[in-house]
Formats: sequence, structure tokens, C-alpha cells
Amino acid sequence: MNFSEILKFLIDLLAVFLLALGIKGLSKVRSARDANRLAAIAMTLAVVGVFVNSLGGSGIPLNAWAWIIVGSLVGTLLGAVVAKRVAMTAMPETVALFNGCGGMSSLLVALAVAFFPLSNSYGEVSTGLVEKISIVISVFVGSITFTGSIVAMAKLQGWLPTPGWMQSKMRHLINIALGVVALVSISTLLSGGDNGLWLLVISSALLGIGVTLPIGGADMPVVISLLNSYSGVAAASAGFVVGSQLLIVAGAMVGAAGLILTQVMCNGMNRSLVSVLFGGALGSTNSSGSAGSGEYINITSCSVEECALTLEAAERVIIVPGYGLAVAQAQHTLREVTRVLEGSGVEVTYAIHPVAGRMPGHMNVLLAEADVPYEQLKEMDIVNPEFPATDVVLVLGANDVVNPQAKNDPSSPLYGMPVLDVQEARTVFVVKRGMSAGYSGIKNDLFDLANTSMVFGDAKKVLGDLLVELKELGISGKS
Amino acid sequence: MSFLSEAFWVLLLGSLLGLELIGKVPPTLHTPLMSGANAISGITMLAALTLIIKAGNNLPLLVIGSVSLGFALFNVVGGFLVTDRMLAMFSRKSSRK
Repeated sequence: MNFSEILKFLIDLLAVFLLALGIKGLSKVRSARDANRLAAIAMTLAVVGVFVNSLGGSGIPLNAWAWIIVGSLVGTLLGAVVAKRVAMTAMPETVALFNGCGGMSSLLVALAVAFFPLSNSYGEVSTGLVEKISIVISVFVGSITFTGSIVAMAKLQGWLPTPGWMQSKMRHLINIALGVVALVSISTLLSGGDNGLWLLVISSALLGIGVTLPIGGADMPVVISLLNSYSGVAAASAGFVVGSQLLIVAGAMVGAAGLILTQVMCNGMNRSLVSVLFGGALGSTNSSGSAGSGEYINITSCSVEECALTLEAAERVIIVPGYGLAVAQAQHTLREVTRVLEGSGVEVTYAIHPVAGRMPGHMNVLLAEADVPYEQLKEMDIVNPEFPATDVVLVLGANDVVNPQAKNDPSSPLYGMPVLDVQEARTVFVVKRGMSAGYSGIKNDLFDLANTSMVFGDAKKVLGDLLVELKELGISGKS
Repeated sequence: MSFLSEAFWVLLLGSLLGLELIGKVPPTLHTPLMSGANAISGITMLAALTLIIKAGNNLPLLVIGSVSLGFALFNVVGGFLVTDRMLAMFSRKSSRK
């Protein structure tokens, strides 16, 4: 070992240590931001390590520098622009997009090495079986990660509907067929054939699409988390391909941590990973069942004015935010409304369901952006016993997470999912654009209850009108 | 063979570490944690770098390496910045009270 190799080794060790600390710190609110920076520093260190090693060894040729600079400039600039520009509400799809690109990167590395074998750091020419296996894994997992993430992004953006035929049993047949094709091409590749590679790329790319496309939007965060875990696996196997232990450690850590996070998310929704992956979108498969559809019989709709009057008279109000609030970008208007209410002595809290919105923590981020004090956000287990003592609940663009069916109706696909018991409150206002079903496509029994009134309209518009009404009622906010 | 056997140990221990690191995560942090871990998975940029450095005068290899590096850095830079943006909202709140 010469000096630069030792130096690289030490840098790598430090980088792994800092990465581990970073992942650890990201799971605690207080340390999360510093932990994220720590991980970024660790990544920079890792890059420095590669340069140190190469400069101390055979050096880096000029043309290589040119390609490095071009690639990193384009990637860095685009990444920075997207990260700064993207709306907070579009976070889930942004993470999916980034993740897909990570998978693509691993895929490209593996393909390049497959076509142009490198002499690697095992010191031998790369024809070994292990190297072939790692290339195959990189290609397989990388392709699935890429197409799966892009589909997830497109679905969250609303660019892609769930095609009807994808809900039928046929999709399992198609996916199994694709899987078989992938396996066949893998075995050809491993037994020495070269033709299997493109077949493998295509079949695994299609498999990524086929598996992700039927999954309903509410389950999408789980899928993204799983795909994130895959991209860790892809990185680890790329580490085998180019002979980098640092890559293997980091990839393995992300892969395993992603798997745990996926499990935690599933628990939060009371869904098993298997049912998320293979169950298809909730409800749409049994929409003919009694629980899935059904007519609303007792809908009460009311005006913004009535809503304002009731709110003014209330002592305790709980706000239940959902995806609709995020879509309408109404968090700031909501904050103004609650400031006025608080100014007149109404006690306002926010009930945060673990999977409200399209991603866990979505609502926390959204409300934090609008300066809602952190202490006013209450998690489900804490807030549920408080509903019976609450005068008014304002449901803003949330649907499935307040559906009492999950508690009362064993035949409902939602049955067993923990929900917010808003119906226990004296009055419930549901602000909603229309009577369309929630993401699960299931009828919401809450809307039929006697103490529920619907206020139809876009959340931002309704809240804006509400603000005007409240001010006209003579309440002057302190702020 | 020595690299390989070491590599498998590294793989095993890395996976175990990953399993241990995330014990209890508050739901608030699910999205940032996912996004942060996602940025780290862009570590394949090291593989892309290695590829370019070792490519010599092989033009296709240089191009693929460069594109791959671009994709990876898009993931890393974007991932960390977006995570920071999300987390900034939490820390601002807690420092004000």
C-alpha cells in the first residue's frame, strides 16, 4: 500500500462512519438537519477519496477530467434547480424522480462494464462469475428502480391514470411472464451468452412499470420507499462491479434502512407489504361490493356563512388537513383563518394522520411552511380521545383517513386502518370539491352522518371566503 | 479472492448496520428520512467516476460514465437540498419557541 492508498482508505473509513451517523441522526427531529449535512459531507469525502487514490496512482488523464466536469456540472445544476424550484406539495414525486435517476446511474455503470470490461481492483480482468452476477443484479435492480420510480412520479403527478386492465388478474400473468423472461436472460448471460443483456434490460424495465402501475396513490409512498431501498441494492452491486467497498457499505446501509422504513410505513397504514405490492389499488377491485360503493343518502351541504357562524361560536376546533389542502396550496389561508379564530379565544389544534396527504409527514411539512406552531400538530393517538370534547372539526381535503368504515364495517377494504374519530365531535365540516371518492375509491360514511355538513369548493377558495366571513362577524385577529 | 471475501463481509455488516440504525422514526420524519437515504443511494456516482478515470481513450465508456455521473449527481445534490429544505421548516419552528 502506498501513501495515497492509505489516505484513501482512511478517507473511506471516515466517510462510512459519517454516513452511518447521518442516517442515525435523520431519524430524530432535533438532529435531522445536521445529520443531513453530515451525510452530504460524507459523500463529498468519498469523492475526494476517489480522486486521491487516482492521483496517487496512475493519475487522471485530461480527457477524463473533461468528461467528469461536464457530467457533474449538468447533474449538479439540474439537481439544484429542481430541488429549489419544486413545490413543497410535490415532494413525494420529486423524491421518486431523484431515486429513479440513482437507479439509472447504477444501470449505466453496469452496462458500461458489461460491454467494456475493466481491469478492476481485484487486479484481474473481469470475466469472473461473481462479477457477472453483480452486473446482472445491477442491471436488473437498476432498471426496475428507474422505470418504477418514473411511473410512481407520473402517477403522483396525475400524468398517468391506472389503466383498467391493470386491475384485473391479468397483470399478475404479465408480470410473471416478464419475470420469467428476465430469469431466462439472466441464465443465458451467466452461462456465457451476450445476447441476453438487452433482453434483461427491457424485461426488467417493463417489470418495473408492470409492478408499479397498478398500485394506488395512497400506497405510493410505500412503493417509493421500497424503490429507494432497491436503489441502495443497485448501488451495492455496482460496488461489486467496480470493486469499491465504500459503495457496497453505503448501498447496503441504504438498502436495509429503506426496507425498515418501508415496514414502518406499512405498519402506520395497517397494510402489509404484500398487499401493497400485489393487492392493487384499494377498493377498485371490489367496487361492486356493498362497502366499496353505495349511494349517499343523507348529505347535508351548507354555506360558508353557516360554517363561519359555527366556528365563531366554538371553543375547541380541530383541523384535519389532507391532500386536498396540499393541492389547493391553501395552507397559508388556513393559517390566517386559524389566527383569526385564535384571536377570538378559540382553541385550535391540528390532527395529523400518519398517512394524510400522499406521504407520511406531508402535512407536517406543509403546515410548517405556513408557520403553524409545531406544538399545535397532534398525532392520531394523542388527538383521538379529544374529539368527543371538541365543538367543531374542519376536515380540509382529507377523506379516507376520516372514514368511520375503517372501524365499523368489517367488509370494507379500509377495515382495520387506524383513522381519526372525527365523527365523535359535535359538528363536522368537510370542505371538499365534490362528492368524488377519496384515493381508495371508497364511499365515506362520515358524509352521511347527521352531524356532518359538506362545504363544497376548492379548499383555498372556501378558506378565503371563510376568512372574509369571520372578519365580517366582527372578530379581529391579533395579528 | 481476498477482495471478494472482504466485500461480502462488508455487504453483510453494512446491511446489519442499516437495519439497526433506524429504530423508531416519528412519522414526521418519514419523508425527510426517505429523501436523505435516497440522496445517499446516489453514491453510485463513485462507480461512475471510477469508470471515467479508468476509461482511457474509450469514447463510449467516457460518454456513458459521464451521463451516469450526471444522473447520480442529480440524485445526490437534489436529494440533499430537498431534504434540507424540508428539515429547515421543522428546525425554524423549534428554535422560535
